[in-house]
Amino acid sequence: MNWLTQVFAVALFNLRSLPERKGAAVSAAVGIAGVAAVLVGVLAIAQGFRSAMTASGAPDTAIILRSGADSEMTSNFTREETRVISDAPGIARGANGVMASNELFVIIDLPKRSTGTSSNVPLRGVGVAAFDVRSEIAMVQGRKFELGKNEVIVGAGAARAFSGLDVGQSIKIGMNTWNIVGIFTAGGGLAESEIWTDAAVLQPAYNRPEGYQSVYAKLTSAEAYDEFKDALTTNPQLKVKVARLSDHYAEQSTSTTDFITTIGVFIAAMMALGALFGDLNTMYSAVSARTREIATLRALGFGAGPVVISVLTESLALALCGGLLGAGLAYLAFDGYQAATMNFQTFSQVTFAFAVTAPLVLTAVVGAAVLGLVGGLLPAIRAARMPISSALRESA
Amino acid sequence: MSSLVQIKDVTKTFHRGSEDVPVLSGLNLTVAKGEFLALMGPSGSGKSTLLNLIGGLDRPTKGSVSIGDDRVDQLSERALAAWRARHVGFVFQFYNLMPVLTALRNVELPLLLTHLNKAQRREHAETALKVVGLSHRLKHYPRTLSGGEQQRVGIARAIVTDPTILLCDEPTGDLDRKSGDEILTLLQTLNQEQGKTIIMVTHDPHASARATRTVHLDKGQLSTAQPE
Ligand SMILES: Nc1ncnc2c1ncn2[C@@H]1O[C@H](COP(=O)(O)OP(=O)(O)OP(=O)(O)O)[C@@H](O)[C@H]1O
Ligand SMILES: [Mg+2]
Repeated sequence: MNWLTQVFAVALFNLRSLPERKGAAVSAAVGIAGVAAVLVGVLAIAQGFRSAMTASGAPDTAIILRSGADSEMTSNFTREETRVISDAPGIARGANGVMASNELFVIIDLPKRSTGTSSNVPLRGVGVAAFDVRSEIAMVQGRKFELGKNEVIVGAGAARAFSGLDVGQSIKIGMNTWNIVGIFTAGGGLAESEIWTDAAVLQPAYNRPEGYQSVYAKLTSAEAYDEFKDALTTNPQLKVKVARLSDHYAEQSTSTTDFITTIGVFIAAMMALGALFGDLNTMYSAVSARTREIATLRALGFGAGPVVISVLTESLALALCGGLLGAGLAYLAFDGYQAATMNFQTFSQVTFAFAVTAPLVLTAVVGAAVLGLVGGLLPAIRAARMPISSALRESA
Repeated sequence: MSSLVQIKDVTKTFHRGSEDVPVLSGLNLTVAKGEFLALMGPSGSGKSTLLNLIGGLDRPTKGSVSIGDDRVDQLSERALAAWRARHVGFVFQFYNLMPVLTALRNVELPLLLTHLNKAQRREHAETALKVVGLSHRLKHYPRTLSGGEQQRVGIARAIVTDPTILLCDEPTGDLDRKSGDEILTLLQTLNQEQGKTIIMVTHDPHASARATRTVHLDKGQLSTAQPE
């Protein structure tokens, strides 16, 4: 027998009778839409954070920290050590000489625009080569700081998130006043959450005349990395760890993204449980509303298979509608939404944009489909098991 | 005439909670090919139950149900479904049409279980609707048809596969006298002109008068003596 025709016909006319049960159908779909929206929303946060972090690092750029340090916060170098590092093979050269930037990293307190409460912002002292090393840096307003002056430039994300960071304003920290002379972008990367100045000015201000915390180096190519790394790690004068910047940031972002994802998935799972019962309930009532119809089909000789599949199809269709609706709403509401959060590695704020990506939407829709199938399974089995003769006795 | 339906010592007991509800007890019935049998009896006497046993919608607690060469009570669920599709046409009191399907589609439904292709299915369905006098209502949905018309669609659906036997459970029970008479005339025609074997449950002596034979079910037994 043409089983597929059977299945198709039964599933199709069952779907066409859906409008008669639209109240329950809509509420089931909305429940699933809620799950999808939350899931997409939360994953979009994690995704946005991750891409802000990974956009920060090119594979041909390396960061050098003292071995044992897990972030710039806990790393330190003397001027002599940074000089040895700059001599390593594989570092690119440009107009400003060796493309290695010795950097200093401190945290300052600034009021957030949104709440007015103060929060940590990284203030980074960089070398002349910093703009060659991070070629994605672009001034969008004002100019770069001048060497040797108390001037800073502010990342676009930081300027957005914190008040008092517009060009022409100044920041007072302790005895020092820093004039804001420009705003820069960094391709959406982490540097956009930072404030930059000349390392040579920052050192005395923070009482570290000869000290640095990290070196950022641009290599001649991504392939030059291994040789560069070996040269540094085997040099007896140094105790360093070397990482590609892209890997470094990816690693830095994992704890935060894992944290966000775990919480998000937990919330979504709780909601999914609720939606599952909603769907189960809807499908049970759909089956009971169709009792006589199903019994009639069975009396005519239709097998249990088409009946099961028709119930599953209905549940799946509702779930897919819900999933797409939820993902769509999440996209409209969240995609590109600017936010700031704590980077737990450096305890400073990272600004980033929520990113609702295609794989995320797919995840939500697949999740919804699974919910739909699971929610439809028991009602479908009940429909197929229903004794025909007593089901026929039910009044319409 | 050769016997088509043979029911031997059939007992049917339902269980309601811990309580046993005996409905049929040691019932015997033989129906010959080409008969139009009316099955009467008080409400709750088990008429529908008996019809369902014959149509393979339920199984007897004891005894045997044979239709032609098939032991209906012994078929597996799957085989039973296929057997129903092949051999039985059901006509229900409340028509049991699919509300979202047109008359034509409703009648075509059982043909989905056959080897017929789309064009053949349509042709058969149209023929069946013509037999019941509804050629002008092919595209109508059940809710736009009168009760009598809906029942005629029901009969068209029952005969479209050319089944061995037609089982009608109070086919006129929900109709006014005039529509009911039309349905009975239609059944009678099917019996007389196409030789369809029909078993019809009814409360209405008017209806049973159209049958070739009437049996009464009471207290689990067929009370009137059957002609052997
Ligand atoms: N699935 C079932 N479970 C329990 N009891 C049942 C079941 N089906 C039928 N019965 C009982 O069996 C008895 C006979 O029912 P049946 O429907 O066969 O009667 P009937 O003669 O067709 O009545 P009516 O003229 O009202 O249609 C009734 O008492 C009914 O309650
Ligand atoms: Mg009955």
